[in-house]
Amino acid sequence: MTYGKGLRPLAALTALTLTAAFALVFFFAPLDADQGFVQKIFYVHVPIGIVALVGFMAGGVFAIQHLRTRDPRHDLRSYVAIHIAIVLALGTLVTGSIWAKASWGSWWVWQEPMLVSFLIVFLLYACYTPLRFSIEDRERQARYASVFAIVAGAFVPLNFAAVRMAEAYIHPRTFATTGGGLPGDMLLTFLVALAGIALLFVTLWKYEMASKNATFKLRALRRALAGDELTPARRSAAPTL
Amino acid sequence: MRRAVGALLRKDLLVELRTKEAVPAMALFSISTFVVFHFGLDRSSLDGSLAAGVLWVTLLFAGVLGINRLFVAEVEQGGFDGFLLAPVDRTSLLVAKVLALLAFLVLVQLIAVPAFAFLLLGPSPWQALPELLAVLALADVGLAVIGTLVSAIAIRTRARDLIVPILLLPLLIPIVLAAAQATAPLLALDGAGPLPGRWLAFLAIYDGVFGLVAYAIFDFLLED
Repeated sequence: MTYGKGLRPLAALTALTLTAAFALVFFFAPLDADQGFVQKIFYVHVPIGIVALVGFMAGGVFAIQHLRTRDPRHDLRSYVAIHIAIVLALGTLVTGSIWAKASWGSWWVWQEPMLVSFLIVFLLYACYTPLRFSIEDRERQARYASVFAIVAGAFVPLNFAAVRMAEAYIHPRTFATTGGGLPGDMLLTFLVALAGIALLFVTLWKYEMASKNATFKLRALRRALAGDELTPARRSAAPTL
Repeated sequence: MRRAVGALLRKDLLVELRTKEAVPAMALFSISTFVVFHFGLDRSSLDGSLAAGVLWVTLLFAGVLGINRLFVAEVEQGGFDGFLLAPVDRTSLLVAKVLALLAFLVLVQLIAVPAFAFLLLGPSPWQALPELLAVLALADVGLAVIGTLVSAIAIRTRARDLIVPILLLPLLIPIVLAAAQATAPLLALDGAGPLPGRWLAFLAIYDGVFGLVAYAIFDFLLED
């Protein structure tokens, strides 16, 4: 399967959507009455948070596929999705921290349930790569990583529920950070930004898949040329086909 | 399946009874941790949410010790091979290990909770004992299910002792959170408050969801 197919128009579309999103953020969306300019980080922070969570879920779905079909390509898909989602989750934490500093005066706010849940989810998924790395047998590595991805996927919603319940217990006030209560022009900007980040995720995913596949094909060709003289591939957390 | 579970559980309990490896170490560890908390916090008696937090963090870390050891005999003495050769449902190993870990946790808590009441707790533990036991039971089931799952994932990795805690702690944060929230009003200084039922419900849901997840995917950890 070729993942490089359609990558160029997709990348162009992503660049276009992201450019449009940033243009809307800076020139179209109104300044927030309460927070002013700082509120614009919302258009980056929330989309990458949502896309990271969807990426984790997609990793879980690919993992289910992998366990059902035993096709190592599903494991590769799961691995790449989780890998990119971890980077986006880190970005969510950093932007959330900046936003917290700007609007509440502190780099870290334990009363904000979304941010705290995100930290816990990030800490869990941060174990994904060490877990893979510490299993040498390729087949078992893929299987155990899939089991982990499914457990973690089930954990994400429950964790959000628990942290939100705990904060509601102390702080009945909830921060309206979702698109629900937004005026129209802010909502439009937010949706374009969300589409841009989602496209970015898909582009990066396809790009990484294409790159990995090319690497595997190259390795197979080298092996065919060199016979058995080639040194075995070094141990790595990434799946091999 | 019931006979297989019974046999496996009996084996685990018998091994523990003869070697006395996990439970005494876990109990001793929890008492040492209470002493550490006494000096770390510089408090001679605790109540409310601080008491609940110290109790649950200690029980959690003591649990990690047992969870680290849960499948060691299976790997080192060939228990997995023997089990896989036997014509029994593979889920029976999951059920037996969850029950064995649950038994270990209950045994440890039979020592650790009275020790906590004796050493650190300000208010009387009797003021809300049935409620406290309900929270302990529900949290223990969750600890046992997730502990068994993580132990089975980590047992055949190279860095087993490192993988168990880093995987286990994030997965158990909701349990510690719910258990500590539910326990805090029970240990209040001015008489026990009512038990927050929503946290018991959350613990029950958490146990149920991860019970199903473990049931669905445990087989994949055994194919070698």
